Amino acid sequence: MSTDLEQFYEVFFEESSELLAEMEACLLGLDVNSPSIEDLNAIFRAAHSIKGGAGTFGFTDMTEMTHMLETLLDRLRKGELQVRSEMVDAFLKAGDVIKDQLAGHRGDGTADPAVVKEVCEELQKFSEETPGATPTNNGNNEVSAEYSQEQPQQEAVAVIESCETELSSEIGGESPIVAEDTNQTVYQIEFSTSGLSDGAKENLFFNLKQQGKIEVLTQSNDSETCHLRMTTTAPEEDVWETLAFIVDPANLKIDKVEETEESDNSTSSESTTQEVPSTESTEKTKVSSSEEFESAPYGFFPGAPASPVESSAKEVNASTVTADKSNQSLAAGSSTKAAASGETNSIRVSIGKVDQMINLVGELVITQAMLAQTTSEIDPVISEKLHSGMSQLERNTRDLQESVMSIRMLPMSFVFSRYPRVVRDLAAKLNKKVELKTVGEGTELDKGLIEKIADPLTHLVRNSLDHGIELPEKRIAAGKLAKGTITLRAFQQGGSIVIEVGDDGAGLNRDKIMAKAKERGLQVHDGMSDQEVWMLIFEPGFSTADKVTDVSGRGVGMDVVKRNIQGMGGRVEINSVFGVGTRITIRLPLTLAILDGLSVTVGDQMFIVPLTYITESLQPSENDIRTVSGRGRVVQVRGEYLPVIALHEVFNIRPKSSEIKDGILVILDADGHKAAMLVDELVGQHQVVIKSLESNYRRVHGVSGATIMGDGKVALILDTTGLVMSTQ
Amino acid sequence: MSQQQTAAMPTSANSVGETASQQMNEFLTFRLGAEEYGIDILKVQEIRGYDSEAITQIANSPDFIKGVVNLRGIIVPIIDMRIKFMLGNAEYDQFTVVIILNVGGRVMGIVVDGVSDVIGLDMDHVRPTPEFGSIIDTKYITGLGTIDDRMLILVDIEKLMASEDMGLVDQAVN
Repeated sequence: MSTDLEQFYEVFFEESSELLAEMEACLLGLDVNSPSIEDLNAIFRAAHSIKGGAGTFGFTDMTEMTHMLETLLDRLRKGELQVRSEMVDAFLKAGDVIKDQLAGHRGDGTADPAVVKEVCEELQKFSEETPGATPTNNGNNEVSAEYSQEQPQQEAVAVIESCETELSSEIGGESPIVAEDTNQTVYQIEFSTSGLSDGAKENLFFNLKQQGKIEVLTQSNDSETCHLRMTTTAPEEDVWETLAFIVDPANLKIDKVEETEESDNSTSSESTTQEVPSTESTEKTKVSSSEEFESAPYGFFPGAPASPVESSAKEVNASTVTADKSNQSLAAGSSTKAAASGETNSIRVSIGKVDQMINLVGELVITQAMLAQTTSEIDPVISEKLHSGMSQLERNTRDLQESVMSIRMLPMSFVFSRYPRVVRDLAAKLNKKVELKTVGEGTELDKGLIEKIADPLTHLVRNSLDHGIELPEKRIAAGKLAKGTITLRAFQQGGSIVIEVGDDGAGLNRDKIMAKAKERGLQVHDGMSDQEVWMLIFEPGFSTADKVTDVSGRGVGMDVVKRNIQGMGGRVEINSVFGVGTRITIRLPLTLAILDGLSVTVGDQMFIVPLTYITESLQPSENDIRTVSGRGRVVQVRGEYLPVIALHEVFNIRPKSSEIKDGILVILDADGHKAAMLVDELVGQHQVVIKSLESNYRRVHGVSGATIMGDGKVALILDTTGLVMSTQ
Repeated sequence: MSQQQTAAMPTSANSVGETASQQMNEFLTFRLGAEEYGIDILKVQEIRGYDSEAITQIANSPDFIKGVVNLRGIIVPIIDMRIKFMLGNAEYDQFTVVIILNVGGRVMGIVVDGVSDVIGLDMDHVRPTPEFGSIIDTKYITGLGTIDDRMLILVDIEKLMASEDMGLVDQAVN
């Protein structure tokens, strides 16, 4: 059995990590004063799913931890307890512990038992609090709930949608409306133990015992049927869930022996559904619970502060702190149906398969282009059908290529979602008040880039918090709001993605940077533009922090940030106004696999110049060109003298003409260094698929890669930065 | 010798050769000028005609590297063995072929004067290489095979292609 399960470990680890991230995002988005029932439910679901998985694989430490979480969460979502910020902290800590435990099972690192114990105790303490401590804002909720009659139903729909994904393990778990009575209930439980290992049975009894008192009535080994009598305060669905994890729901039967005062329709519909096999029962639960929602009076959420004002405000302003995995997670700020169903419609595919598909489609496009070229030579009058077929093929291949390329694209929210936590923790540590705003998390970026951008971005966010945002007193003294704002913004501009990290903090201090630069012996002069001064902070080992903290100030990092971003083919810019704030702008290519290029010819060869480096192209006149010490040539363009790179000399090709005035100068700008490249002709602009030259050959000076043109020939892509730098 | 043997054992290609040596090794034979060479058939991916149109030259590369071609989406370098080893005239006619090799995970093409056939060679018929001043360093020659009155120079193509002489691989990288 265990060997069979091992193959699913990886899936479980991955899923749990995602669930944890989702849970964390929800926790951070949770408004302590008026937590939305939906967020609480989402957190509960995440904890619950992890518990379920951990139980299946026998990771008891995780099961225990998540169980604690669940117990407290359950009371919270039922409104028995009021959410407090200490609880959120405890939840976050618990999340970290689970993360550690997960890593432990994965085989790297272990969870610190002391921390585990501490968190457990904390959770225990919270969950043991008496409901009496709950503030009595029940009345308020009833009133406010009536303002918006749509709200509870909409939530219900979202909740039920998610129910479909989790099938049997979650039956009934979502209906927050089942009123909790603290009276003890006795259930008669009957289930089949066939196919259950002893360990699983033990685990089951252990879980049941945690919920209440159990008595084993009969358990004959022959019949493989187990009768239990259970006395518990837990609602029926909890008992059901505990059992349904381990026992086949089709062979599970729970009957209430002693009916308590509670005798509303929800109980009866609940118990009927449970006798039906899992898949069907989900359907039924869905139907019945939505009916319940409609019939339920709005005051039926005891203490559940689903303040509609808050919820709708959140919807409008879904892009502020609540920005989590909005597209992926149900728990996202907006409680729309679309968001909820998003998760159910995705599949897990390995990157390798996607890349193979992208390669194949690339081939298809090339083949199509070759066919198109051949067909264009055929008389259109004779072969009309062939031509119309070809044009259709062209359209289809283009669409196919676009949609395949989009598979690799992920929304920025994947990266942005981790920052609320970073900001929260760090702000608390530094005693600063900071709000994180994220804009444009729907902007899509290649998966490879998404993974690589996360670290540099974390660094920039931490820097903004530590150096940018001032302490509240200082901010008030400067006439600003005590709460600082860090804005993460992503948007597409042409062929590149722009990511901005902005803060309304102190801004960069030009004098301080200049002084530091002089102290370090960097080449600076007072006439430098602000832009140039700001770029100094990317120098290795550069830090203007007065003291080194464990957050930042060591001067390591900004140079790494810049290097990482350049490694991705991107650029960094800084804008800053002293006393007003700083904005760091990162520009990245849309994807690593495709490049916008200008094709140029030299002699009989064609080269691709990446478009991002080209500022302009011009036809030089003889007077513009000067020689320096007889050898090197410079050209005057708009008052600047730029070195000339004659491509035919670099590559030893016989050009059409060696006279500069017969060729065309392409002005390149690589990291602020400019040069003019002499080519014979400009051919056109293409989107080319980048192929590695090094995979079968070796590095070639001045060439960064290769691509395949429409006619099937290989064209080399120029290493613009390398070429420009060689002239400096 | 024995040490070499054990060191080479883990590579699959060699162990295949090892077991096959009991029966027979198959070699693809080709001509370079007047000489006949043989390479392990398992290293050969395919054989293509030579099309100079399709080749893109690479600047500042040695003259035996003709350039790169697009082989179904992969960029493959093409090496003219005749220029490299100065054998015969590097003429391109209808018999000129490119043997696409797949050695050590890399794909590359070699231009030869023509492919003769695939022959099975009993290891008993392979003679050790005498030390002589050949153009191809004897360390890349595994032996001399004899079939009837023909002599076949058996080349360890994998070793040759990865060598510094060929300049196909960044030595620093490996």
